[in-house]
Amino acid sequence: MSVLLIAEHNNKEVKPFTLNAISAASQINDDLHVLVIGKNADLVAKSLSEVPNVKKVIHVDNDIYENYIAENYTPVILKHAENYSHIVCSANTFGKNLMPRIAALLDTSQVSDIIKVISEDTFLRPIYAGNAFATVKSTDKKKCITIRPTSFDPAPTSGGSAEIVKGENTDASQNTKFVKKEEIKSDRPELGTARIVISGGRGMQSGENFKLITAIADKLNAAIGASRAAVDAGYITNDHQVGQTGKVVVPDLYIAVGISGAIQHLAGMKESKVIVAINKDGEAPIFSVADYGLEADLFDALPKFLEELNKLNTIQK
Amino acid sequence: MKILVAVKRVIDYNVQIRVKEDGSGVVTDNVKMSTNPPDDNAVEEAVKIKESGKAKEIVAVTVGEEKAQETVRKALAVGADRGILVKVSGTVEPLAVAKILQKIVEKEKPDLVFMGKQAIDDDCNQTGQMLAAILNWPQATFASKIDVKDNVLEVTREVDEGLETIEVKIPSIVTCDLRLNEPRYASLPNIMKAKKKPLEQIDASELGIDIKPRIEHIKVEEPPKRKAGIKVSSVEELVQKLKNEAKVI
Ligand SMILES: Cc1cc2nc3c(=O)[nH]c(=O)nc-3n(C[C@H](O)[C@H](O)[C@H](O)COP(=O)(O)OP(=O)(O)OC[C@H]3O[C@@H](n4cnc5c(N)ncnc54)[C@H](O)[C@@H]3O)c2cc1C
Ligand SMILES: Nc1ncnc2c1ncn2[C@@H]1O[C@H](COP(=O)(O)O)[C@@H](O)[C@H]1O
Repeated sequence: MSVLLIAEHNNKEVKPFTLNAISAASQINDDLHVLVIGKNADLVAKSLSEVPNVKKVIHVDNDIYENYIAENYTPVILKHAENYSHIVCSANTFGKNLMPRIAALLDTSQVSDIIKVISEDTFLRPIYAGNAFATVKSTDKKKCITIRPTSFDPAPTSGGSAEIVKGENTDASQNTKFVKKEEIKSDRPELGTARIVISGGRGMQSGENFKLITAIADKLNAAIGASRAAVDAGYITNDHQVGQTGKVVVPDLYIAVGISGAIQHLAGMKESKVIVAINKDGEAPIFSVADYGLEADLFDALPKFLEELNKLNTIQK
Repeated sequence: MKILVAVKRVIDYNVQIRVKEDGSGVVTDNVKMSTNPPDDNAVEEAVKIKESGKAKEIVAVTVGEEKAQETVRKALAVGADRGILVKVSGTVEPLAVAKILQKIVEKEKPDLVFMGKQAIDDDCNQTGQMLAAILNWPQATFASKIDVKDNVLEVTREVDEGLETIEVKIPSIVTCDLRLNEPRYASLPNIMKAKKKPLEQIDASELGIDIKPRIEHIKVEEPPKRKAGIKVSSVEELVQKLKNEAKVI
């Protein structure tokens, strides 16, 4: 049977992680259909129809779907679920909020946050903050799965021409109301998909000091991350948090500055290709995962780092 | 108003877990156990709401083995009024926990159910949403701020893009983030008092629901280890290595 993927988008554009989830979903079964639920989201449906992995796009459009209210999305998905063996979406705050609501109503035990598709019913997933990997087999007839996007490459975005069909909408929930979203806009690359991430921890001492990190991020075209301690202390907003209860990142280069390397932080970054740690405590656990460790005071090291970068003739973007 | 809080007993977050040699799971014998961290925030929030006069009673519930009583006692020591232990043995998946909690909700008729956003052992992040679904209640997940209004809650949620605010009608389910509040410590006198608070035990088999696992754990293994890196002696050396050896900048 076919796989139904729930797209994440902002009514204009597909969110990048949807493309990673598409790759994973088509490894489960290549008859992949995508459900777009939104308000005036025609462009989203169109762009997904051009993804070669996608065989069909089902588009449900109504004003009530402007924001991701799980209570409004769920009945639509259930209405379309019948012919599918798997319902999938990405394991970010969108999918984490939504998928269990669907799974419970289908009486399915959800498999969360898979990092590998072993077969149609068997998957690999991290547990205990990534300190163990579990191979799990779902015995439910219909499977509900969320996909860790950073563990799969994004699907190509052009070359396909899947049909787009209109799906049925359902009524809006009377019990949940969207009030507002405080979205932090920036010109930097997105944390989840950036090639380089530079993160600051409690060692930064203040939000003001994060300008040392910003300057380097500008130079390297990097995204900015943070430990939970830095967010808790108010140095930076929550959307920057990397770790077990924040975001998972797998950049080519991750630079941890003034971060001790608690397992909950490592859970979000230790799959990065190259890890750099700058910390004045030579015993800090972050050094155990760092390819290059610099034992130094960050207030000396960061300005020097910028200076050295400025000396380079070329920098990869 | 009455608030039900779901608390889970898990391996303490400071423990470096070890995978069993036979691949059947992780070592739990002689390992320090604690309340799942965000569940402490869920309890704290309930207690604060009660202190503000907006709630009358807090009931703490756990699904687990006999020893999970400790987790309920801890909630009682910081301000919950009564406890419930639903006894099970072995693994109970979030769907089964949600079905058990549904029975408890039907019996206790709370106005709100507070839970953690994620258990740090299975990292599932499912139970609250599932309970909301089967009760057909609204859900406010990943809460970092809760305002109790007349018959609604205004909840600020931590989402990937930043913060989102929604309003949910009571009764509703809230799953809590660690940033919601600062959980208090139990004082010694309160720990003593908690020993006298009622703690009801229910055997899950009495609830008449199927809680058998649907997911087979074929194997649990250690993740691949990173190979040890080097220490560089200067910023110059670091930049040179990143440029010429790792070729990432
Ligand atoms: C359930 C749970 C979930 C969690 N989830 C997450 C998560 O998702 N992400 C996360 O990050 N954490 C998470 N945590 C918190 C985690 O356990 C740590 O408390 C946190 O990661 C510590 O942040 P930190 O490294 O910035 O601070 P600290 O541990 O305080 O480390 C600061 C470091 O900065 C160094 N330093 C200080 N000054 C300087 C200087 N001038 N120059 C150089 N170095 C300096 C110090 O040597 C130290 O190593 C979670 C915790 C729990 C219980
Ligand atoms: N066995 C359990 N007993 C009580 N509460 C639980 C149990 N399992 C999960 N929960 C609650 O559900 C939340 C999310 O758990 P999970 O879906 O497993 O990540 C936890 O933070 C608890 O509040």
